[in-house]
Amino acid sequence: MRLWDRYRLRIRRRRLRLRSLRKGRELSAVSVHPKAIAAAGVTLAATVRNERLRLPYFIDYYRRLGIGHFLIVDNGSDDGTGEWLAAQPDVSVWRTTASYGGSRFGIDWINALLGRHRHDRWILVVDVDEFLVFPFGDARPIGALTDWLDSCAIRSFPAMMVDMYPKGPVSARPYREGQDPFEIASWFDSANYMISRNPLYGNLWIQGGPRARVFFPDRPADAPALNKIPLVRWDRRYVFVNSTHMLLPRGLNFTYDSAGGEMISGCLLHAKFLSTFPAKVAEEVARVEHFARGREYRVYAEASPDQTDLWCKWSEKYINWRQLEILGLMSKGNWA
Amino acid sequence: MSVGIILLCHTALDRAAEAARFWAASGAPVVIHVDRRTADPEMEAFRAALDGVPGIAFSPRFACPWGTFGLVEATLTAAGQLMRTHPGLDHVYLASGACLPLRPLSDLQDYLAAHPDTDFIESVTTDDVPWIVDGLAMERFTLRFPFTWQTQRTLFDGYVRLQRRLGLRRRIPQGLVPHLGSQWWCLTRRTLLSILSDPRRAEFDRYFRRVWIPDESYFQTLARLYSTRIESRSLTLSKFDVKGRPYTFYDDHLQLLRRSDCFVARKIWPQAGRLYRAFLHAGPTGAAQADPQPGKIDRLFDKAVERRRMGRAGLYMQSRFPAQDRENGKTGAPYSVFHGFSDLFEHFDGWLAKTAGGRVHGHLFAADRVEFAGNEPVFNGALSSSAALRDYDPRAFLTNLIWATRGERQCFQFSPRDGQECNRFIATDANAQISVISGAWAIPLFHGDGSFADIRAEAARLQRIETAHLALLRGAAVKARVRIWPLAEFLEGPMENLQLILDEISPRMPRRLSEAPRMVALDGFGQFLQNLKNQGMQPTLTGDFPVSRDWRPQPPARGRPYLVR
Repeated sequence: MRLWDRYRLRIRRRRLRLRSLRKGRELSAVSVHPKAIAAAGVTLAATVRNERLRLPYFIDYYRRLGIGHFLIVDNGSDDGTGEWLAAQPDVSVWRTTASYGGSRFGIDWINALLGRHRHDRWILVVDVDEFLVFPFGDARPIGALTDWLDSCAIRSFPAMMVDMYPKGPVSARPYREGQDPFEIASWFDSANYMISRNPLYGNLWIQGGPRARVFFPDRPADAPALNKIPLVRWDRRYVFVNSTHMLLPRGLNFTYDSAGGEMISGCLLHAKFLSTFPAKVAEEVARVEHFARGREYRVYAEASPDQTDLWCKWSEKYINWRQLEILGLMSKGNWA
Repeated sequence: MSVGIILLCHTALDRAAEAARFWAASGAPVVIHVDRRTADPEMEAFRAALDGVPGIAFSPRFACPWGTFGLVEATLTAAGQLMRTHPGLDHVYLASGACLPLRPLSDLQDYLAAHPDTDFIESVTTDDVPWIVDGLAMERFTLRFPFTWQTQRTLFDGYVRLQRRLGLRRRIPQGLVPHLGSQWWCLTRRTLLSILSDPRRAEFDRYFRRVWIPDESYFQTLARLYSTRIESRSLTLSKFDVKGRPYTFYDDHLQLLRRSDCFVARKIWPQAGRLYRAFLHAGPTGAAQADPQPGKIDRLFDKAVERRRMGRAGLYMQSRFPAQDRENGKTGAPYSVFHGFSDLFEHFDGWLAKTAGGRVHGHLFAADRVEFAGNEPVFNGALSSSAALRDYDPRAFLTNLIWATRGERQCFQFSPRDGQECNRFIATDANAQISVISGAWAIPLFHGDGSFADIRAEAARLQRIETAHLALLRGAAVKARVRIWPLAEFLEGPMENLQLILDEISPRMPRRLSEAPRMVALDGFGQFLQNLKNQGMQPTLTGDFPVSRDWRPQPPARGRPYLVR
């Protein structure tokens, strides 16, 4: 890597850090428990907007994984999300009505909160429709994973998104509050992912899955990125650059082995394609607050979202993490 | 017969206390050493928790950064204290705070009683240790290591390089033969006393102070001087990973640990409550006389190391993305490429599927779409037949297909009309079997319509592509199993040639080829090639095709028209 590129990245990291400090001032604390945040082993950070329906299962799922505390940015919800969150003992809530796009899809806010509260601690950054699955997650809490990563001097843990979908149109089976979304969206694509390396940041860029197969068969380059690095031993000098797809400093992005071996990784089961999908598409197309001015959502809107059926004969039905490991979507690395 | 325990602790002191209580309650005196770097409040709580428990004592504290002499010093002091205060001990067991006793103390005592005067200490000469990871074996004893590896890495590495370059070497004290081994041992009183009271101990200590990771060599080397009987293995079950860090046991290892019949395991994740409950607070379950059987656990961890180092061949994923030619296997399973066969034979894929089995695709890299077997729009692994998706990353398409169909051989057709992006990849893949009939691309041209000028231009284009491909297939870096026949040569014995390929695909196939694939009509093909030549385009890849000789398709199979013996 050229000295000039290193310098550029350093400047970019500093700029993003400053930007997050500035954007952090848009957040106003609703109910914040600084002591509990500092004491928690692994905390989860997320930005939400009108997710009252999904939150109960989401919070519950991550509690069972062993998350000690939740840092949630409520971006102008008006469906009771904020009230519900504030009533949870292990959730700290900040509220803002500022623009989601203006904070680079919430990531500036998250960078700000992590720098403030989680220096030198483990953090997990996910969206409300992303459910982390990691090796031995059925038998070991997430603290076992982070302790092991610490012992290996690994600072970041990759988990690519696996888009989950139901059999039949998404609107056929309505999602109820508190329900496991993967009772409905229990299918996924097992081996149609394309990977390339980002030469500047060093991270892998993964595309494919049902979204590329169904929505982008003619222009695969536009298919959404699936690579994520959601679990990081944070430092106040770190920043997420683009969602949790990549970080700076770039050393955090080298979560893969390029000499043939396997490093450890997990998956984020992505519960996007539920009965809530058509309404979400309609809202986001109107709001134009998403990546590339919501280009992805416009594609969904053109494809009559309530009739979306991603299932095919070769879809794989989800069982557990071991299945994902055998299929090669994630790896135990040398954890045993 | 009795055994005393030395417990070296630095973190998770509550668990260490639990283990210490267990040892002491079963009748083994325990001397605990706590790293001096452990914070005082923690230390005080630890002391308070064990206050007044009979049989537990604390030894003077030393700072023990990893890989330094502090650990040895701590052990020596603790051992001296233990043997002074308990003169009746026969064995001393060195354990850590993250160790978990898996069997009742009486089992260990019985075992040691059955092996009197035996020192259980892994002790191997530097020439015979395969498990050294850092590349320093003998040099641990002959170089100087004044810098801490963990915090002064650059200085550490630099000083090692400097000493190597200058050829600096330390003299090993006379009479010592360097041995290495696991730092967790169980020594007899006699051996330990001999080490402690050796008249040359000051000299040895001075020497080992500058040896790297002396806790893995001090006792291992000195025990060789005094022991009458060394059993070179550790009674503590402890496995190390590629980087030399110990593996950790969790709740889900419970059954594995139970069945191992080992006495002590390390290290245990401090929050593995179920393990601590099961082994420290529940009654014994294993057979009392069983010998330790760590084999199963060894295999589990060996597999983990293997996965970390080699990975699964043919897998490209988020945490395994090998650089070119470092793949340890470019694809996951053997597959076959038939180049030109579909031009020469009618319905070649159908025939091949019937004859060879496996999955036979059409032209996977065809320009307009992916011709999956049975013209499926989607295939294994939910691969799409969209040409745009495939061409976005053709190599990923191929590796995904082979990975997703492991266990079923994939065959596909190929020609210079198809996308050529994967040619180098396939040619350098040991899993590929490539069979080429060169020049067969001319046959569809011969059958097609269109002006001769167009045909001539197309022929030149295809020939250029195929020539480049053949040059690649004849290159030095080729790992694939390659067969190339010029069209004319192939036609001299099509069935023998096909038989050759099929024998390789399924070597145990008992049947000989009975049914031949139907060849397309080649009447006038020689003249067609001559016409191309007359127009100034020289078809060089078809082989020597006589103008006059007319090739007739073989008559449809009647019984066994062709038999190779």
